[in-house]
Amino acid sequence: MGAKPRLGVFKFSSCDGCQLSLLDCEDELLAIVGAIDIAYFPEATRADDTGHYDIALVEGSVTTLHEAKIIHSIRERSTRLITIGACATSGGIQALKNGADVAEFISAVYAHPDYIATLDSATPIKDHVPVDYELRGCPIAKHQLIELIAATLAGRWPRTPPHATCMECKRAGHVCVMVAQGTPCLGPVTHAGCGALCPGYARGCYGCFGPKENANTAALAARLAEDGATGRDIRRLFSTYNANAPAFRQEAQRHG
Amino acid sequence: MSGSGDPARVVIDANGIDTLIAILAKRGYEVLGPVRRDGAIVHEPIASTDDLPRGWIDEQRGGHYRLKQEGDAYFAYTVGPSSWKRVLHPPRQPLWRSEIRDGEVAIEAASVDTQRRALIGVRACELAAIAVQDRVFLEGPYQDRHYAARRAGLFIVAVNCGRAVETCFCVSMDTGPEARAGFDIALTEIANGRFVATAGSDDGAARLAELPTRPAEPSELDAAAAAIETAAGQMTRTLETEGLPDLLTSNPDHPRWDDVAQRCLNCANCTMVCPTCFCTDVEEVNDLDGGGAARVQQWASCFTTDFTYLHGGGAVRDSVRSRYRQWMTHKLATWHDQFGTSGCVGCGRCIAWCPVGIDITEEAAAMRGARGGG
Ligand code: SF4
Ligand code: SF4
Ligand code: SF4
Repeated sequence: MGAKPRLGVFKFSSCDGCQLSLLDCEDELLAIVGAIDIAYFPEATRADDTGHYDIALVEGSVTTLHEAKIIHSIRERSTRLITIGACATSGGIQALKNGADVAEFISAVYAHPDYIATLDSATPIKDHVPVDYELRGCPIAKHQLIELIAATLAGRWPRTPPHATCMECKRAGHVCVMVAQGTPCLGPVTHAGCGALCPGYARGCYGCFGPKENANTAALAARLAEDGATGRDIRRLFSTYNANAPAFRQEAQRHG
Repeated sequence: MSGSGDPARVVIDANGIDTLIAILAKRGYEVLGPVRRDGAIVHEPIASTDDLPRGWIDEQRGGHYRLKQEGDAYFAYTVGPSSWKRVLHPPRQPLWRSEIRDGEVAIEAASVDTQRRALIGVRACELAAIAVQDRVFLEGPYQDRHYAARRAGLFIVAVNCGRAVETCFCVSMDTGPEARAGFDIALTEIANGRFVATAGSDDGAARLAELPTRPAEPSELDAAAAAIETAAGQMTRTLETEGLPDLLTSNPDHPRWDDVAQRCLNCANCTMVCPTCFCTDVEEVNDLDGGGAARVQQWASCFTTDFTYLHGGGAVRDSVRSRYRQWMTHKLATWHDQFGTSGCVGCGRCIAWCPVGIDITEEAAAMRGARGGG
């Protein structure tokens, strides 16, 4: 690549955690800044959103009319549009409102519901425009973000394997919490990337990276039920950061 | 390890084993042994017998592993989630690194690990698994230099099992419960912290000669034999190996493959915990400044899409059914063609550590149309 690629970082409905992963790259940040031109990144710079981007990193889901419009403008001005995090790739935790009584939610949460202008659903970016690559996670994993940037600069496809979190868990040498403690764990149906963070602290996986390839959620749910999980427990387990990812949503629906 | 060693059987106590650990450490070995961590027995550096999980035993069945306190034996537990594969063939292994220096690409191979290690508490099935991986990594046309270096530096203290759990089936696979070869010293725990010890190599005999021991009494030899017999007798699970390779390779469309595919999570835990599974893939790691790159080998699994992904064509084995079939057929059938041995040593890890308890012995029995499992 000749001139430094121009990067834009955009925020939709989200908590900013994924964007912050970029600033979190402390040791690698200087190398990143040396290799790419961070042209637009409101969390870190003052520059305005103008012109064309070689890489657009998009965080957050589409939950307002305004967002539904501007995503098209970003897409048109970007060579590669990459979604970062659970909100942008599946709708995020705010997608729990999909299919629910949104007006009631708003009145329960906000003191002045009349100030709130929102769509009835929170949807992933790919429902609105074509997406070139997705980084999973809530938040994304720093090492995957660096891999994405390094691979893009090297001109190869990034490596963010879609297999189970269990593989990272076993490679890390963690003791399986499901087998050794009977703790419910979504690792066997969850996309790898976090390095099996929670099982490393003797907690079950919460599924932050969303469904893995060929996720057999029904078989896992059957096992959880055998261990005493109720339908409500199973529904809740599949209804968190990736509640709107089809494989998790359908499994949740099967349990109430 | 060479020579037939000293066949003499001696009795040693925990102090003697402490002395052995100290001698090995002094000779530059990193001493690894069983310790209790996060509800399981795993292998970590140990300094003395105080680190061993004395008085702890395991209870295992499909998808289930628990530790509990019972008795005062040092080695009454069986096999845990981590096999010695983790030491000899680690999950991540850097292969080489390249840099651009003065416009030229310079490639440097990763150095091999020459640390000598002593493994304490290796079971018969695990010795068999190491022998299987020796065939894979050392005895073919190409050698794995990293495995070879680690393997060359081993001192193995085997332990004959005096207890089996529900997932064990080494008797069926003819690999245990008694260690027959491939160790430097073998121990059989009798009672009150005493062990009958035998050397299996010249090195083992030399170390044993440095320890406080005495010749074993006939009653102690009887107790050792009885302990091994107890373990063999406790084994309820069986795998009928007669004609098994033909049965599997001639039944690619058996309905049982569909049945297991319904239950299998394709999570790859079975392949990760299996002490003989050896597959890896190679990952490229690029420096952000574009100057350097590295290749790193890491454990892979036939249960993933990437494993059979062909550029432009997708995955050859894209269904869970085809992946389970591949795994089991390789273990129990085509491994014989490839390496002249079974790929399964009967340790039962894939059964216990499968989150949904899929049981290779039960699947094999179902293929035969018989009732199986334990
Ligand atoms: S703890 Fe969870 S992620 Fe780890 S191996 Fe067990 S089921 Fe998989
Ligand atoms: S057999 Fe069990 S451990 Fe192996 S991939 Fe299937 S569910 Fe996972
Ligand atoms: S296939 Fe299962 S029982 Fe056989 S060696 Fe591997 S983990 Fe052990």
